[in-house]
Amino acid sequence: MIKEMRIVLRNADKIDPQNISDYIAAGGYKALEKARNMKPEDIISEVKKSNLRGRGGAGFNAGLKWSFVPQSETKYVVCNLDEGEPGTYKDRTIVEKDPHTLLEGMAICGHAIGSNKGFIYCRGEYPYIVEHLNHAIAQAKEEGVLGEFDIEVRMGGGAYVCGEETALIESIEGHRGEPRFKPPFPGVEGLWQKPTVVNNVETLANLPEIITRGAEWYSSIGSSTYPGTKVLTLSGDIVNKICIEVPTDTTIREVIYEFGGGIRGGKKLKAVQIGGTSGAFIPASMIDIPIDFDSMRNAGFTLGTGAVFVMDETRDIVDVVTRIAKFFEHESCGKCNPCREGTFRCYEIMKKINQGRASSDDLEKLQLLGRVMSKACLCGLGQAAPGPILTTLQHFRHEYERKLFLS
Amino acid sequence: MANIKDIIARFSEKPGGLIEAYHALQKKYNYIPAEAIKEAAKIFGVSEAQAYGVATFYSYLSVKPRGKYIIRICESAPCHIAGADEVIKAFESELGIKTGETTPDGKFTFELTECVGQCQGSVVVTINGRPYLDVTPEKVPAILAEYS
Ligand SMILES: Cc1cc2nc3c(=O)[nH]c(=O)nc-3n(C[C@H](O)[C@H](O)[C@H](O)COP(=O)(O)O)c2cc1C
Ligand code: FES
Repeated sequence: MIKEMRIVLRNADKIDPQNISDYIAAGGYKALEKARNMKPEDIISEVKKSNLRGRGGAGFNAGLKWSFVPQSETKYVVCNLDEGEPGTYKDRTIVEKDPHTLLEGMAICGHAIGSNKGFIYCRGEYPYIVEHLNHAIAQAKEEGVLGEFDIEVRMGGGAYVCGEETALIESIEGHRGEPRFKPPFPGVEGLWQKPTVVNNVETLANLPEIITRGAEWYSSIGSSTYPGTKVLTLSGDIVNKICIEVPTDTTIREVIYEFGGGIRGGKKLKAVQIGGTSGAFIPASMIDIPIDFDSMRNAGFTLGTGAVFVMDETRDIVDVVTRIAKFFEHESCGKCNPCREGTFRCYEIMKKINQGRASSDDLEKLQLLGRVMSKACLCGLGQAAPGPILTTLQHFRHEYERKLFLS
Repeated sequence: MANIKDIIARFSEKPGGLIEAYHALQKKYNYIPAEAIKEAAKIFGVSEAQAYGVATFYSYLSVKPRGKYIIRICESAPCHIAGADEVIKAFESELGIKTGETTPDGKFTFELTECVGQCQGSVVVTINGRPYLDVTPEKVPAILAEYS
């Protein structure tokens, strides 16, 4: 029986998350102490060597990102807890079960880049997590463990695009959450024009153990190019709808059948969508690949946030993709034309297909539109929006053709 | 009115505090009244159009009055295949309103939402932010009874 490996979730269900002394008794805040005795550039090179790559979807080497931060009097550490990708609940789980591992990770990042101010941007759907975090921050301040490093929680307002790092920054500044043009990247010019490191919750929560045990230990776990563990959240037609943490060389099959307990009701697997609602649909015949970022990308798929959405043999792919197209039409912020218009037309054509009113011409148009959007949209929202459509047209074309209007 | 001013003023020193002020206003009034937007524009030194633009960008902020309890049902893909449509119908018939509407007594507003991050318990419904998991049409009357 294969087992989970818990780094980020090492304290989950073992300590009382509301009580900082539990965290400290489990060795908490020792890594921060160790980091404070290291030179900032040594921390950065250690994290770089560990090859910890961003867990928010883009997979960028965290230490490398930090190394781009220029000299400046004011710098910020921003934790991305927007978690808007449907099917994803990992960041909530991490924070719910062990908030201090995140706070400690942020303070380590702060020391490395020379910042004494952190923000956590928490999605508006998690008001109870905002309270939970404020409680943990108050305790950490009382204990004095964070030293000079201050952390403030800001709450979003139910906009998926605000997970995009520059839109998130706009939102903290009190504006509409519309993405900025890049470059300049936030690391150089972010919050209030100051250098800002934006990292996902899971990325930051890995830091205490990396500092404690070292880069070599971390980089030897899981896949060589995307080492460590990944926290995954299982949903849909799967027996165990749970949150797990596994080494990154675990295969999709193992995730679904070993950890997930297989398909509900003894049915067969039709497709699994990984990475959130913008992720690719993977047919049952292709699930023997490891979940790490590069193996997934090489196969034409995405790891994304690590959401694993399972669909059984009875599910109507075209109907699900139509629902997803509505999501993007609703969440497009409207700043750039290819996304505003493109998501609208994708949904329109998907509805037409789903209602049996479309012809094969529409499939061609949809494919062309999707290709244009993936290249022409300003931010990742519009670029990734056609992913589910294009991958299902590739792997499940018969399901579309079955619904075409025969004239 | 004095009240609105006081609430907004609490955030005036906070950089980017406009959205925080809106959250606080909404906690009290369940929506952001038009006077509040005017007032916020003054206090934060932005145009009224900008202040309105922020209030209308975020789907959890509302510039229209709403009910005391805001019921949201998730219709993202995992909840969709778990039967969200049936649960929507059950709420509509139990409340006597359609999605996007408020009951005549001003008690409940019923809205659709995207994933609220509780997908281990699809179908998910939230009432004033509190999640209800594994909701089926049969459970709807009992959930609503908690608020009677
Ligand atoms: C539309 C969109 C939504 C995103 N949502 C999130 C999110 O909810 N959480 C997150 O950490 N990153 C999200 N990202 C990625 C961020 O822009 C950014 O890459 C990430 O926060 C960087 O952190 P990491 O390097 O630790 O992964 C999103 C990107 C796009 C384009
Ligand atoms: S899909 Fe409904 S709560 Fe996540």
